[in-house]
Amino acid sequence: MPAKELSPIDVYKLLPRTNCKKCGEPNCMSFAAKLVAREATLQQCPVLLEEKYRPQFEKLWDLLKPPVRGVEVGVGDRKVVIGGEYVVHRHEFTYFHPTAIAIDVSDEMEEGVLVERVERTSNFCYEYIGMKLYLDMIAVRSSSNDPRRFEWAVKKTAETTDLPLILCSLNPSVMEQGLAVVGERRPLIYAATRDNWREMADLALMYKCPLVVSAPNDVKLLRSLTTTLLKYGVEDLVLDPGTYADEGLADTLDNFTMLRLSAIREGDEALGFPLLGAPIVAWSRREEDPTLNEWKESYLASMLIVRYADLLIMHTLSGWALLPVVILRQNIYTDPRKPVSVEPGVRTFGEPDEWSPVMFTTNFALTYYTVASDVQSAKADAYLLVVDSEGISVESAIAGRKLTADTVAEAIRNFKVGDLVKHRLLIIPGRAARISGEIEDLTGWRVLVGPIDSSGIGKFLGTKWKEEISKIKGSGE
Amino acid sequence: MNSLKEEKKDRKPVIRLTTELLEMLAKASEIELEDIELDFDELELQLLPGRVRVIPRMAPPEEKPAKLIEVEYAPPKLEYTGRIVEVKLGATRAEGGTRSRSIVIGGETAPAFYLFHTSTPHKPVIAFDVFDTPKVPLAKAVKMHVQEVRDDPAAWARLCIEKFGAEMVNLHLISIDPLIDDTSPEDALKTVEAVLDAVDVPITVGGCGDPVKDLKVFEKIAEATEGERILFNSVTLDMDIEKTAKIINKYGHTVIAFTSMDVNHARELNRKLYEFLPREQIVMDTTTGALGYGLDYAFTVMERARLAALRGDPELQHPLSSGTTNAWAAREAWMTMDPQWEPKLLRGPLWEVTTGLTLLLAGVDYFMMMHPAAVQTLKAVIDELMGGRKEMEPVDWVTLKI
Repeated sequence: MPAKELSPIDVYKLLPRTNCKKCGEPNCMSFAAKLVAREATLQQCPVLLEEKYRPQFEKLWDLLKPPVRGVEVGVGDRKVVIGGEYVVHRHEFTYFHPTAIAIDVSDEMEEGVLVERVERTSNFCYEYIGMKLYLDMIAVRSSSNDPRRFEWAVKKTAETTDLPLILCSLNPSVMEQGLAVVGERRPLIYAATRDNWREMADLALMYKCPLVVSAPNDVKLLRSLTTTLLKYGVEDLVLDPGTYADEGLADTLDNFTMLRLSAIREGDEALGFPLLGAPIVAWSRREEDPTLNEWKESYLASMLIVRYADLLIMHTLSGWALLPVVILRQNIYTDPRKPVSVEPGVRTFGEPDEWSPVMFTTNFALTYYTVASDVQSAKADAYLLVVDSEGISVESAIAGRKLTADTVAEAIRNFKVGDLVKHRLLIIPGRAARISGEIEDLTGWRVLVGPIDSSGIGKFLGTKWKEEISKIKGSGE
Repeated sequence: MNSLKEEKKDRKPVIRLTTELLEMLAKASEIELEDIELDFDELELQLLPGRVRVIPRMAPPEEKPAKLIEVEYAPPKLEYTGRIVEVKLGATRAEGGTRSRSIVIGGETAPAFYLFHTSTPHKPVIAFDVFDTPKVPLAKAVKMHVQEVRDDPAAWARLCIEKFGAEMVNLHLISIDPLIDDTSPEDALKTVEAVLDAVDVPITVGGCGDPVKDLKVFEKIAEATEGERILFNSVTLDMDIEKTAKIINKYGHTVIAFTSMDVNHARELNRKLYEFLPREQIVMDTTTGALGYGLDYAFTVMERARLAALRGDPELQHPLSSGTTNAWAAREAWMTMDPQWEPKLLRGPLWEVTTGLTLLLAGVDYFMMMHPAAVQTLKAVIDELMGGRKEMEPVDWVTLKI
């Protein structure tokens, strides 16, 4: 059943209805609501796990399981789940498991280069509105096709990181050697093809590892392979429909779209698996300058994130090329059901007194958190007035007239900002400069136009604000 | 999958990211190449004594298939009853204007690039931003390309078309803002005429965001340029909608209906416009948030609007416009950051590319953009996608020497 159409009642009917609270919820109905929102799992209900409830459990499992299977790669803290999705478009419900990004090393790299790449991947981190954005996996490629070399590279990589690994070789004897080293860490095997599927399936079963099925530009073959492998007993599959950076880009997007629609809209269980994209193909044709390969790899990765990729294999480690990709991933995988705005009102930073600065911003969550983190890092003692702009950023709210002199005046009045300070100086966002005159007319406060970007707040407070407030204090007291 | 093969005939050149693009990025020669991996022809490996385990081959039990089970695949069947209207931008002499060609956008009957379902009727178009005053702050990565023409909109427009490959010019009359220069409608018209003389492509004329002043200026320009089929940017819910729509209609122009990230507001504005203006003269802009700063909402509002239109909602069946330039509002697009994220001269335009491509996949038909390298990249991707499926041989990246 499509995730969006499932109601808590459908689920409630199949629960034990004992209201025993063992799951941590006050009653079975609220547990049902949590299950429908995918905020709880069936295993949290101990009663349901009893033998007599087996039929209900199985029905619920079917009702709640995602049409795109969730596949676990790796073990321990940095284990990654790929797939496990319920909808095609994020607004239909939400996406659950952000596209995992793997960086490659090859078994023909010099040891120093390999170790450095693995370390940089493991340590990659960007802080974005209070969240930490990471890279997720290492893909070890056997470019040598030599089992012993591959064994060496896998071993070196595994020693250097606890990130989950993808072992890449189409040669089963090479793969075998890699699995002998890290099989118990549940690496992802790349890949089973028309030619090697039986050997790869045997390895996947023996090591209990997930397996990529590769059939570039041939969805029919892909479906034949998964149908066969499911019969063979391999259940944790990942689909590789092929990635093309130049000619074939249209095929790539088309294949990803078809597969996701077949899985979710048509409930095709043979195709209900996570999708693997390989932006690394952007390196298959060397440009005059490798910067262009990185440029192309980056935007290819972004397009695949938008078009349903659950896992990406990339080569670049340049921050400028990876940053747009990890931020786009965060954006697309943000839960659209969560509010986009924060409560209007006055927030205090540090220990402000009656001569402290008063600034305002909008109640768009991203704007607010960005400004708040800049005020914090400026170590300022200040008041920040959050004006209701209907959850829209300063620039758009000014353009769309959601943020006007009226709304600012109303906020000053409603939140009694005048009682907090003795001065009447209001610092406004640089992007709201065009309404500064109207604000002065309506509120009687004098406006200081702050920086265009809130990263300039610290500097602004140290210079312009300091100058203005000392004039007032000098003359007023 | 016969329908897929049909697409093969119209082959387009591969995406060519030339050194020209690199020059666009590197004009100030500040690019430091980081993280470039070297090829090593000779590798000396010290193989550690490995545990070579002999893996017993499992004989597959009888029920396991011994050979590939061949099954069929049919692409998903989709039913869309709606169709996006076609909007013609610009007019040739034969059509009553002075442009060398006009451009049609819209006409979709499926979500963007669902090639298995149907082809894309018209190529999405890219317009270059030109401002009528040098007072508009520009990021350094952008400024360095237009420095010499910042106080001459006509020269700026010519540069965008002749050198940067834009298909349209997107003129912003920022100086008419009463809070900036309060330029008169007469003077604004002179700027528009100068741009129309300088380039022969269709143009867009944008206001300053003041609902009263914009209308005054639009009225003057619309009348004087009757028949040119200019795209006016924009009409909003708080303008005199009736008057604006009547002017656009009377003088044969087109307009962008701008709302801020709300599908219902977009419907409401369109509904009000229909009373006075044919649907074929309306383009829709539901606001573009920058990557990292609202792109998720922008993407979802556009995607929802487009899907609703295709499923038959008659009030949302318009081509989509995106102010992709808003990407530069993200601090990561222009700020100097820790060395590991530099150079910003690459990061900035890539920010615009990522914002643009994301929205291309939501269904945008008309892009307003700013950086030459970003424009070149979007054009190359659009050309490749318009070329359809190519059914190429697999690329072996597993054994690739990088």
